[in-house]
Parts: sequence; structure tokens; C-alpha cells
Amino acid sequence: MNITTLLLDMKGAVSQGMLWSIMTLGVYISFRLLDYADLSVDGTFATGGAVTAVLMSKGMDPYLSLVFALLAGLACGAVTGILNTKLKIPSLLAGILTMIALYSVNLHIMDGKANIPLLGTDTIATKAAARLPGGDKVIAGMVIGLVFAAAVIAFMYWFFGTETGSVIRATGNNEYMARAFGVNTDTMVILGLMISNGFVSLSGAMVAQCQGYADVGMGIGTVVIGLASVIIGEVIMGDRFNFAYKLVAVVVGSIIYRMIIALVLFLGLKSYDLKLFTAIIVAAALAIPVAVNKFSSKKSIAEPDVSDTDGGRSPSDV
Amino acid sequence: MLKMTKIYKTFNRDTINEKKAIRSVSLHLYPGDFVTVIGGNGAGKSTLLNLVAGVYPCDGITGSSIVLGGNDITRAPEYKRAKYMGRVFQDPMRGTAANMEIEENLAIAYRRGKRRGLKWGITKKEREFYHEKLKILGLGLEDRMTSKVGLLSGGQRQALTLLMATLKKPDLLLLDEHTAALDPKTAKNILQLTYELVSGQQLTTMMVTHNMRDAIKYGNRLIMMDEGKIVFDVSGEAKGKLTVEDLLEKFEAVSGGEFANDRMLLA
Repeated sequence: MNITTLLLDMKGAVSQGMLWSIMTLGVYISFRLLDYADLSVDGTFATGGAVTAVLMSKGMDPYLSLVFALLAGLACGAVTGILNTKLKIPSLLAGILTMIALYSVNLHIMDGKANIPLLGTDTIATKAAARLPGGDKVIAGMVIGLVFAAAVIAFMYWFFGTETGSVIRATGNNEYMARAFGVNTDTMVILGLMISNGFVSLSGAMVAQCQGYADVGMGIGTVVIGLASVIIGEVIMGDRFNFAYKLVAVVVGSIIYRMIIALVLFLGLKSYDLKLFTAIIVAAALAIPVAVNKFSSKKSIAEPDVSDTDGGRSPSDV
Repeated sequence: MLKMTKIYKTFNRDTINEKKAIRSVSLHLYPGDFVTVIGGNGAGKSTLLNLVAGVYPCDGITGSSIVLGGNDITRAPEYKRAKYMGRVFQDPMRGTAANMEIEENLAIAYRRGKRRGLKWGITKKEREFYHEKLKILGLGLEDRMTSKVGLLSGGQRQALTLLMATLKKPDLLLLDEHTAALDPKTAKNILQLTYELVSGQQLTTMMVTHNMRDAIKYGNRLIMMDEGKIVFDVSGEAKGKLTVEDLLEKFEAVSGGEFANDRMLLA
């Protein structure tokens, strides 16, 4: 145990966090904007890795293969969305069905192999490293992640500000209101899930390329990692300023999550305890607002505010 | 304007819980009609409104049709019918998106019935327009346009929903007991605002209410429902002369006196 190892671990963590932040931004769309706990991302993340690895092993340009990974993710999201809106399957179950189905689909994509190595092939990581002084692949991953995260944030900031993006947000917020104002809420849920899964798949492809292999099991726990990152970002950065700030908070959350993981591993946590640890982080983070609420409501009973006798309404209200 | 012909609605058909909520209702609204709809619990008032709005389809019976302003909307889905109508719900939470800003809500309302593309969701010119419109409410919301709607009180939200429902002039305004969840003073203000908006734009309106006094005071036509049928339909001068006692008498005649227990009396 020494400080140099920790610093190296942290460098790797930042790189990982940047690459996985694209996935986290996707989870933010379903979880926060659509108010939809979409479990299909566990499958979609591996789909991205599978698609990129197979296409690259057939000689496709690594960047071009990312486009196909993104398209595959859009299709996965559409499946979950259609199961939920058109076939009226509850959202959690729709996600689980897609996730399970994708396990087989991903193995098909990888031609029955559970793992496809990308050693000796040019990846986005080796290409970027070759351009960097020092040729550090970890730094390369960081730079690639940063560029993609910036692009995705810019896209989301624009898209969710447009007429269509606004009604996707309205659908997630209050579907009755959305329909009353002429929004086809089914289409909006499908569209939102497509974009969400598209980014998750893209992230899976980037991670596969940077780690040098695609694995059918690489998506397990993705949704929980995504939720943990979203919540950590919100807790640390706070709910303030505009939409772009909140999206940056998501990326920061993703990086901090990886740093926490690196730290606890450094302090001696066994790697097989990581999933349990992540689940506890998410449970704790979700419980904090509830606990805070309880605490503050107790406080207001102890010190009643005399001016608040009519249930919080001021005389100027309707 | 609105023409409903031989409409039926049965819930849970062929089960022990089968309920014939609407039985052979035909209703013709003329442009500018402001109709108040009263009736006891379970009389079918809200069901009637929901059938017009398309929340659920009416029973598929030959000869059933709903035509609004010349468009047959009998089988149109709810979101497509929204093009023609503005709606305000009983629950103040239903009509607005709480996590979105006041101006974002207005921008969504302003595009009711229009194709939504990839243009920016709200323009600078619109903001000025919304600012002027919000002033009408007299609640100071025009200075809080970027506040989240979730921060508003129930009455403020209902006032905003009314403004949103009428922002782009609807062919038909549907008000489903939109003051029932508010305290009496707030309810009175919202009704006053309703009256101003409806008469200002000459809107064809259906207003469901539990309150007989309001049903008499507002509008030019009154419909009483009982067990899924329209049992009383009065308009013009005859409606103007109605008293609460008249209505009670009328109601007891059709429902056999059960009405005395209904919460309409409390109003």
C-alpha cells in the first residue's frame, strides 16, 4: 500500500468514469426524464460491446463501428418501449424481458463466443494514444470519454430543449397533462428509451474498445452503476442552475463512483464484494432524501411557525 | 359544435361488476354554449366528459357517434382529440407538469394540436405573450415564469391550467369539477376566472360540478344526469329562472328522493 499505487488507481478510475459516463447520461434520460426504471440497459451495454467487437474483428473502422453500436442500442430501446406502451407490460418487467432476451441476442452477435478479444486490432484507444505524447492508453480513454461526454451533453441540452424534447420530459413528468395537450405519450416513451439505450450501447462499445475485449457478461449491474452515478452526482453537485449543469453533475457522479470503488479496493475490499457495495451505495443514496425529510418535518413540529396557520398559503394566493 | 349521438358506455362488461355508466345519451351543443352538468355520485357526469375527451372509447354500437366541429372523433385517440379541446381536471396536479417551468408548461399548451418538431421549445416572442397572459390571472406568476410549477399552490396551478387550456382557443372546453379540490374562497376565484375566460373568448364549454348554486349561476344551459342518462336539459330564459329548490325537486322526482343524502346538498 503506497500513495503511488493509489494515484495510479485514481487515474484509471477517472478514465473509467469518463467512458462509463456516456452510459450514465443514458440512464439519466430514462430514470430522471422519463421516470422509468429501465433495466434493459444491462443487456444493451453488452450489445454495444458485442457489435463493435464483431464489426472490428471483420475489419471495420473502430469509429464507424461505434455508429452501429449506437444504432443497435436505439433498436433495443424501441423493443422495451413497445413492450411497455403497445403491449401494456409494466415498465420494470418490459426492461427485464429485453435484458434477458439480449443475453441470447448478444451471444448470437458474438457468434456463440462469450468473449471477443481485440488485441492487435486498432481501437479508438490505441488510435488516440498514438496521437498523445507518451502514448498512454489510460489518458487516451480519459480524452475520448471527455470528448464523447461533451458531445452527448451538447446533444441532450439541445434536444430536450426542442419542442419534441420538451414533450418527452412532460410525458415523464405527467402523462395525463401531456396527452391533454395532444402529445402521443406512447411514441414519446419509445423515443426516450431509444435515445437512452443508444447512449448506453455506445458507452458499452467504447468501454469494450478501451479495455481490449467484449464480454457477454460486461453489462451485468450496469443499471445499478448508472443509478449510483446519477444519484452521487446529484448529491454532490446539488439541484441547482440549468439542465447543462445537471448533466455535468451526472458525469462527475460517474467519475466519483469509480474513484470510490478504486479507493475501497485500495483499502482492501475484495473485488467480489463490489456489486454488494454498489447496491448499498444506491440504497443509502436513495434513502438519504427520505431521512432528511423525516428529520426536517419532525423539526417543524417542535417549532411551529405562527405565520403558517393556513396550510402554507399566503393571503395573496388564489 | 359538439354532437353526441346514441352514446353508451359499459365498464367491466360481462362480469359481476358490470356497470352501465352511460345509456343512450344524445347531446347537441351549439357554438358558444356554456353547459353546466350536475348529478349525484355515479350519475355519469365525469364519464360523459371522458368519453368526449377520449380517455376511453364509447361502446361500439351502430349509430353511436361523436362529432366535434364537423370532425368525426368517435374512434380518435385521446391525444388526437386534444387538437380540438382544452381540459381542466379535478386534481390540480393533473393539468400541469410539476417539474417543468411555468413558461415551459405554457409553451407545451400553446402547441396543442400542432406537429412538434426540432425547433426550440420556446421563443422569445412567446415569452412576452405568456407574460401578458399571466398578468390576467393577477397572481404575480408573470414574474415567476421560470419557477417550477410544483412550487405553486393548488389554486395557482388550477388557474394556470385554465390559462393553458384556453391559450390556444379550443373548440370545446371541458371542466371536470375543476374547483372541487379547492377551498371555498379559492374555488370562487377560479370560477370567476373561468367565467371571464369563457365569456371573453365565447368558448363552447362543458362544466361538471357538484355545486347546484354554481350550476345555476354559470352558463346558459344546464344538464342533469342520473344513472347514465340526461334527465333534465334546460337552457336560456328557463335556466335563468331556476332555483336550487327547483333542481332538488326535479332530482327527487327522477331519483326517488335518494338525493337528500348526496353531497350536492352541502354546497
